[in-house]
Amino acid sequence: MSELSDLYQEVILDHNRRPHNFRVIDAPTAKQEGYNPLCGDRLTLYLSVDHDTIRDVSFQGSGCAISKASASLMTDALKGKTVAEARELFDRFHAMITSNPETPAADLGKLSVLAGVREFPTRVKCASLAWHTMKAAVAHESDAPVSTE
Amino acid sequence: MTISAVVPRFEVARIRADFPILSEVVHGKPLVYLDSANTSQKPLAVIKATDDYYRHANGNIHRATHLLSERATALYEGARAKAAAFINAGDPHTIVLTKGTTDGINLVAQSFARSTLRAGDEIVLSWLEHHSNIVPWQLVAEQTGASIKVVPINDLGEVDQDAFDRMLSSRTKIVAVGHVSNALGTINPVKSMIAKAHAVGAVALIDGAQAAPHLVIDVQDLDCDFYVLSSHKMFGPTGVGVLYGRARLLAAMPPYQGGGDMIESVTFEKTKYNQVPYKFEAGTPNIAGVAAFGAAIDYLSSIDRAAALAHEDEVLAYATAQVSAMRGVRIIGEARAKTGVLSFVLDGAHPHDAGTILDQQGIAVRTGQHCAQPVMDRFSIPATIRASLAIYNSREDIDALVRGLQRVREVFS
Repeated sequence: MSELSDLYQEVILDHNRRPHNFRVIDAPTAKQEGYNPLCGDRLTLYLSVDHDTIRDVSFQGSGCAISKASASLMTDALKGKTVAEARELFDRFHAMITSNPETPAADLGKLSVLAGVREFPTRVKCASLAWHTMKAAVAHESDAPVSTE
Repeated sequence: MTISAVVPRFEVARIRADFPILSEVVHGKPLVYLDSANTSQKPLAVIKATDDYYRHANGNIHRATHLLSERATALYEGARAKAAAFINAGDPHTIVLTKGTTDGINLVAQSFARSTLRAGDEIVLSWLEHHSNIVPWQLVAEQTGASIKVVPINDLGEVDQDAFDRMLSSRTKIVAVGHVSNALGTINPVKSMIAKAHAVGAVALIDGAQAAPHLVIDVQDLDCDFYVLSSHKMFGPTGVGVLYGRARLLAAMPPYQGGGDMIESVTFEKTKYNQVPYKFEAGTPNIAGVAAFGAAIDYLSSIDRAAALAHEDEVLAYATAQVSAMRGVRIIGEARAKTGVLSFVLDGAHPHDAGTILDQQGIAVRTGQHCAQPVMDRFSIPATIRASLAIYNSREDIDALVRGLQRVREVFS
């Protein structure tokens, strides 16, 4: 049986109460809205990319504890990563939260606290909202080298 | 001796025994089902009617000369007659069998509205409407150049009747409102709204999806032009619904979809359509579903509706009092006339998280926007927790809900 304590770990509740990088970036290189019409979760992701590297990333919005904690943890994880590394992390994160709960969860460092979502299929969309938003945001960054004046 | 002494009390335990799924164990806990506004559970009589249909009556309707086709047709047309009686429509030919409320509204929008609306005409809706009573009108407005006016609601979640009066004019051609709000449970004063619509020459469609399981419906007394409802909200199967239409309107409306059964004769030069209501029922329908819908109507008709409603009102009042008494709760929708729905938000706990924690305790509620995003926006909230009731709910279900919400509080303390 799936356990509530696997989902609502203390770290997740902390990020929900005091999300990291919960602010607006002035003059971001990318700004992307994310919306889950089923539950009304809504966030805006701000990215500042310089020479293909994510220098700063932040978010604003309202949502459930899982979507907020996931956005908070994601913004921490992305800082300093290249756009390609961010995309690769999206794939690994997505694989972790949709993997079979009977198998060992992938180790994604601090992001691993969200592995409990695997046991709650109805909550996968909550955990992945920020990540899908990020993927859409970096799509604008990728094709051409980012303009740096 | 007073009357009340001889009227048996509404026996919820006996009703519960009619619904096998209420004995289900989920996540190791007895099921507490508080999501009937989403879809109701089915009594054994309805489950058995589906089974019986396929064992003893399966054939196509209106088409063959063999006995099974005769049985299937009798069940199908029998359900139509039962539906007509259930809403006091009089003539069963005013009953179009549909896939559900959404299908019924789309039918009226694409057949009646599309063929009669002109640029500059107005469709009046309320702020309480379910998306299915908004989007079909937006589609037809785009097709015809008509525009949509939305009657605001007050802080209690009631449609502002003064604003409604002001919005009506000779431009108003259609008024489409819900009988009961799915998100808040508000009962709208539809009879007077219909009369006001008629006074400016408009037709009135009433979305009765949430009213049918609770209220006694009389379309002739309401004097509505269209009334739509869904079987699955009133203890019948999914994929079946009713569109009642005033006979002269249905007769003048063009077909909605083309196909078999909706025609009288077909040649490549000219097709002659079947009579009402068959011209709106193209293709082989959900015959088993309609047969079981007939059993659901029989079931509802077999219980004392007034006693059932009094019971539901009592449980709703109890739920409202118990949940309101909790710290950090805000009830959304406090209309003076309400049925079946308690929508609320909790300080510090998002509805979606609450839904998961309640589910782990066997308690099924709906969380989210309830397909009524404008209502959520009106109250500046992203979502609510909605506990919705049916005849089989009891005070014990509410006590379980309150214990469940205390658990939510513990996690998010």
